[in-house]
Amino acid sequence: MNLTGRDFIYGCSAIGAGLAMIAGIGPGVGQGIAAGHGAAAVGRNPGAKADITQTMLLGQAVAETTGLYGLLVAMILMFVKPFK
Amino acid sequence: MVFEHLAPLMLTESGADFMIHGVYKFSLMGKEIWITTTTVSTWVVCIILIVFAIFARKTILNASDVPGPFQNILEIMVEGLEGMTQGVLGDNAYRFINYIGTIFLFILLSNLSGLLGMRNPTADYGVTFLLGIFTFIIVQYQGLKNRKLKHFTSLFEPLPLLFPINIIGEFANPLSISLRLFANLLSGVIMLGLWYGMMPILLKIGLPAFLHIYCDVFSGCIQTYVFCMLTMVYIGDKLE
Repeated sequence: MNLTGRDFIYGCSAIGAGLAMIAGIGPGVGQGIAAGHGAAAVGRNPGAKADITQTMLLGQAVAETTGLYGLLVAMILMFVKPFK
Repeated sequence: MVFEHLAPLMLTESGADFMIHGVYKFSLMGKEIWITTTTVSTWVVCIILIVFAIFARKTILNASDVPGPFQNILEIMVEGLEGMTQGVLGDNAYRFINYIGTIFLFILLSNLSGLLGMRNPTADYGVTFLLGIFTFIIVQYQGLKNRKLKHFTSLFEPLPLLFPINIIGEFANPLSISLRLFANLLSGVIMLGLWYGMMPILLKIGLPAFLHIYCDVFSGCIQTYVFCMLTMVYIGDKLE
């Protein structure tokens, strides 16, 4: 089996894409913390459930951004192939 | 096929398909111009919105004291929009309610258009970046109009040393809100494309509905709300 330089670059791009998805850890932890505090807040003040849920979802959607940047980097490495 | 260089490395053989495709090509002044699947689904969304607007106008012009079901829905929508804008912008809400309502309806229908089997227009960075640029222009215009010279001097606060970081912060706003919307919808399109392309035929019946509920309906509605909310927050920062 003979490997050309391009094959090697594609393989390394795939490994890089996999490494970029480690960024998913951060938003997972962050969203979990937000959901936990949201649950605690509902337990303390059940009347404000609608407001708490709304604020929690908004914060979680914003916190998700860093993980999505990781996804974008992985997508670019896999499909756009910046390194030819 | 447009965007040949975007063709997936190894997924083409397995049949998974989540890329933007060209539908029709024509040349204008020596340049190739493509009508892509994004353009077509944007047209469908626009037609649905225009038909809805025509019927809504007809209903509101003949409004009655005892509202019918359609008039009820329209009143609920307008009241919800007023509540959302006034919660963030306060008394200035009526200056921006038209723009916020327009992008809210467009993004919401674009996100839900995956349910009709189209590729979401918002899963194309060309669409979301345009929405981000609109937000940026409105925010900068309001800053210049309301804060005059303070719009520029506030870039040097609290320290003149922080000027480059403040400039990056200003320009990162449209980039981050457009990338957030784009990447959320793109991940949904990829997940559904992989499912439809690689699963055996039996798993394609009924089961993808749950994926559609999460990726299109839940994620789409939340991202629509987040986009409009952040636009209003950015505008509200420049108002005083």
